[in-house]
Amino acid sequence: MEWTDQAAAEEACRGNQQAFRVLVERHSRAVFRLAFRMTGNEQDAEDLVQETFLRAWKQLHRFDGRAAFGSWLYRIAANCSLDLIRAKRSRRETQPAADEANAANWMEAVASADPTPERLTHSSQIAALLPAAMQQLSAAERAAFVLRHYEGRNIEEIAQALGTGTGAAKHSVFRAVQKLRRALEPVWETGK
Amino acid sequence: MKHLSEEQLTMAYYGDSDPDARNHLDECAECRAALARIERLLNEFHEYPAPEPHDGWEAQVWARLQPHLPARKPRRIWFQWYVLAPAMAALLVVAFLAGMWKQKKSDIVLTANARERVLLVAMGDHLDRSEMVMAELVNAAPGETDLSGESARARDLLNENRLLRQTALRTGDVRHAALLDELERVLLDIAHTSPEASAGELQALQRRIESEGLLFRLRIVSSNIHEKGKQL
Repeated sequence: MEWTDQAAAEEACRGNQQAFRVLVERHSRAVFRLAFRMTGNEQDAEDLVQETFLRAWKQLHRFDGRAAFGSWLYRIAANCSLDLIRAKRSRRETQPAADEANAANWMEAVASADPTPERLTHSSQIAALLPAAMQQLSAAERAAFVLRHYEGRNIEEIAQALGTGTGAAKHSVFRAVQKLRRALEPVWETGK
Repeated sequence: MKHLSEEQLTMAYYGDSDPDARNHLDECAECRAALARIERLLNEFHEYPAPEPHDGWEAQVWARLQPHLPARKPRRIWFQWYVLAPAMAALLVVAFLAGMWKQKKSDIVLTANARERVLLVAMGDHLDRSEMVMAELVNAAPGETDLSGESARARDLLNENRLLRQTALRTGDVRHAALLDELERVLLDIAHTSPEASAGELQALQRRIESEGLLFRLRIVSSNIHEKGKQL
């Protein structure tokens, strides 16, 4: 039987695990992609898929069917990712050496991106440097940027996911773009 | 002519700009050129592929997840929105009829409502902008110590904050006055932070904002104000 998301969610809410399995199999790849872009780490993204669906199962009674199941799940996934990024960042703050190492790796990556005939095109250079540049963003900036730029979510949806007002969500998107521009524009300019 | 800020140009790239900014872009070649520059770089960012999980990965996800799913209790049907909605609609009709019956008093109420609404809009906007400054500070990485932008914005917000606090006190709104008083002290600290703050100074500010739960309370109050503004 082919369940719609809405029907499967209602069945799952009554305790039907097979209905929930349909939702897991239908949405887990999208959740994985979002989690990977938010964290930049494959293993973290895998763990976040588990955590997202576990939270979704526990909170199914809160899904009232007015929004699409996918959007509701996205909010949970974004929040799980934010929690993980914040927890990692707060652990890093107690280990300044790790921060210095990250910064050094980042500088090295930018320095080695000089355009030479052997190197990739400047577009490929940007693509190669982007994950490292994304690591320099705060949790909220990274989440806001990924949701706006890659997932096409509007400002209201981002504000909901981040638990902020729309003004703060807009500002997080802007700060992310500003930091990425400052980091990558010099590389891009020299590659043109 | 005042040109668009970097933030307005970024919003324009994502199609989130306001009508004034759109009109300005139509007329200003310099801003259009700046937007084109942002566009060229941001379009390069579209290549950020996520690894594609192998075939059958979803089944593995389920196999790992399923043993951890706690048993669910069946949901009580009367809590669902589509059951409650007709009852709520009936309640609204009763409220509307009661309102019609008391129509004579509406002129006075409207004037008071309009005044309150203006104040709520100003307060909501102020809290949103203060929240942005603080969220930025709280999320700043330890090495990021250039606080000149935040400091300048905190200075701008201070005067506005004083006016709003005094108005809240005059109208007997003690709760908002207390929040604004607390906010004022933090804004003052941010405004007086040296442009090149040390990591220690930044951490002290972050700790202060976090320990007082100010950001969270601002969000709640701001959200309530926006909600109340809509109702008025």
